[in-house]
Amino acid sequence: MIKLLFFARLREALQTGSETLDFSPELDSVAAIIELLQARGGIWGELFADDQSVLVAVNQEMCDSETSVKEGDEVAFFPPVTGG
Amino acid sequence: MNQIIIQTEPFDLAAIQEELRRENPAIGALVTFLGQMRDINEGDRVTTMTLEHYPGMTEKALQAIVDEANERWQLTGIRVVHRVGPLQPLDPIVLVAVASAHRGEAFQACEFVIDYLKTRAPFWKKEQTPEGDRWVDARHTDDQAEQRWRR
Repeated sequence: MIKLLFFARLREALQTGSETLDFSPELDSVAAIIELLQARGGIWGELFADDQSVLVAVNQEMCDSETSVKEGDEVAFFPPVTGG
Repeated sequence: MNQIIIQTEPFDLAAIQEELRRENPAIGALVTFLGQMRDINEGDRVTTMTLEHYPGMTEKALQAIVDEANERWQLTGIRVVHRVGPLQPLDPIVLVAVASAHRGEAFQACEFVIDYLKTRAPFWKKEQTPEGDRWVDARHTDDQAEQRWRR
């Protein structure tokens, strides 16, 4: 299983904060997961088409689309941060 | 000693500074940054704000920033306190306090920590205005502030 998390603007637009995906060898990178989410179309297609406005963390560390993903990982998607 | 706290409750600025400054007689300088909520943003009145974060990653990201500050400068202690949840104008949002033997390192490290927090710690602000709710956009100037510290 891979746990997906969505925060802030993304969470609201997608109307969900989390979901789980069954891990498969084809889903071994952030890029592959983004491709799968984008292929859902509608709001998913829109939000995951523009990779500039979506940041990604794997296991709570910021990363990029090249980063690999394995069984049991937590993959979070969120907009640029605005704390402080 | 370093401490990172994420909380919904208000924090006591004076008490945190007092506790930090008394921690070690080698401390000769204490620099504190306090960020508080404004009632105006982008020209609009903001009545309340809600801060969301990514529990778990937030603490890790802040710890990494504090660790890096300690690698770059000779410091005796750092406190980072960040509030989440609903906030009103004048409410303190974030505190960064840095203690060192001398002011130069404390000033630089304090600015470094808040600059990195702004671009690397997973917090998001949502403002409530008379025209409705809106998510705050990331600022280009915050990216520029972070760039200054790149090695």
